[in-house]
Amino acid sequence: MSPDVTTLDAPSGTRASQPVRPRRRLLRAPKITATRLLLVVLWLGSWELSASTFLDPFYYSKPTAIGVRIVDWFTNGTAFGSIWEQMAVTLEEAVVGFVIGSVTGVVLGVLLGRGRFLAEVCAPFIKAANAIPRIVLASLFVIWFGLGMSSKIATAVVLVFFAVFFNAFQGAREVDKTIIDNARILGAGPRQILLTIVLPSATSWILASLHVAFGFALIGAIVGEYTGADKGLGLLINHAQGTFDSAGIYAGMIIITVMALLAEWLLTLLERRLLAWRPPSSALEAQI
Amino acid sequence: MPEAPPAIELRGVTKRFETRDGGGHTATRDMSFTVRQGEFVSVVGPTGCGKSTSLSLISGLAAAGDGAVLVQGSPVTGIPDRLGYMFQQDAVLPWRTVLDNVAAGPRYQGASKQAARDQAKDWVARVGLAGFERYYPHQLSGGMRKRVALAQTLINEPSILLMDEPFGALDVQTREHMQDLLLDLWSGTSAAVVFVTHDLTEAIALADTVVVMTAAPATVKDVVPVELERPRRVEEIRLEEAFLEVYRRVWDSLREEVEITRSRGAGRVA
Repeated sequence: MSPDVTTLDAPSGTRASQPVRPRRRLLRAPKITATRLLLVVLWLGSWELSASTFLDPFYYSKPTAIGVRIVDWFTNGTAFGSIWEQMAVTLEEAVVGFVIGSVTGVVLGVLLGRGRFLAEVCAPFIKAANAIPRIVLASLFVIWFGLGMSSKIATAVVLVFFAVFFNAFQGAREVDKTIIDNARILGAGPRQILLTIVLPSATSWILASLHVAFGFALIGAIVGEYTGADKGLGLLINHAQGTFDSAGIYAGMIIITVMALLAEWLLTLLERRLLAWRPPSSALEAQI
Repeated sequence: MPEAPPAIELRGVTKRFETRDGGGHTATRDMSFTVRQGEFVSVVGPTGCGKSTSLSLISGLAAAGDGAVLVQGSPVTGIPDRLGYMFQQDAVLPWRTVLDNVAAGPRYQGASKQAARDQAKDWVARVGLAGFERYYPHQLSGGMRKRVALAQTLINEPSILLMDEPFGALDVQTREHMQDLLLDLWSGTSAAVVFVTHDLTEAIALADTVVVMTAAPATVKDVVPVELERPRRVEEIRLEEAFLEVYRRVWDSLREEVEITRSRGAGRVA
């Protein structure tokens, strides 16, 4: 942390440290971007070069081949129809799974976090459920729900749920007791305490878990498709594996990565909005 | 005509806490005192003697063991109506702006958002924070956060006001400012105040009566009336001869207890 970063104490302004920091960052930013670009060029260049000389591109593919494959998918479509359709299917499965999983995770997490009795009753079951290798459930879900979307959504839900649940549980437990007492004195009932104290207080915990959770939702959807599906990016990758098409696997990977990064960006926007009340922390600045 | 019951009455109150090692710690033993409606009572005592415990008993946040705690004549079972409590620690909601923090009380009691905010705006101005309505607590200084807490408590127009070393963490000048502000805002009401502090000057400057507690377990050692004119200015009153007289009397009473607490502390360290 640099010495000019101070928490504000005076009524003079909202962010006293602001004028210094952006200027310094502006000076640093081009240097960082340039170094990053250089690294990418070095990496892709050396890969391309090795694959054109001593590495067998049949196994390892090469950046140009992957690029051509992506362009081909977007212009001519895939073996299973339009690439947009595959992306939409996977995204829909992930988003629906994410929403269901995180809502149930938050609700149960907060309820168990506040209710001692419930928490003690449920603790061993939750520990056991968390210890199950949940990816295996994907196979079970295909048998239960068939090859359609619901089996993938179910896989995404079980992965998302636990990630969110534990954070919501912890967040609900860590609420400052004085703040709750103060609200009770001011006239808040149990429901108001839950909605106006516990939930906002746990929000930073919950939001932190949502970042990881969306990644899990995508993994759930793709593993589900991998296990058995008639559409989606997971199917595309599975097909590429079946035909020894390594460029196809890479291309699928890149598309999924871009989707995950976009979702991450949206979640960060949401987080900034919901946590506007928090003091600007140096930890956030250096976040990866 | 029967006399109206005192605002607060503690009769032989004993409160024990379970400690972590399975033993017990007696916070208060046979504690009795009363506070009339409209009276300002300061409670002083050595560190850790159980002053704060008496507040949580009156507020209904903790239940008494033996003895009776009465508010407006009836035993405390839950949080009594029209009771305000300012805590030692910051208890403002960090995710709410100054205005919405102050509006919390009326909102909890069912006022519409607009009505609560209108009322809160008035209180924000009365504690001298006009213009800061949209700030978040982390953007304010410690003294300003205390002002928010004060407005948040007073907006409910409490008839009983409990204060647990509310200004303890502030620097001397800010503290005197807050004391004057508190006296100003309180003077228009008929609220009974119990003000816990370990600062004798503060205790005497604010109060009508100073209650001196013994070393733990706390029981009432002495009750000293403070007959100084109101309205008072905290910065000036402490230089008056009458003030110094009360100060000597209270300190004489308290000194023994402080020494007992100190020697116990030394014993524990040795």
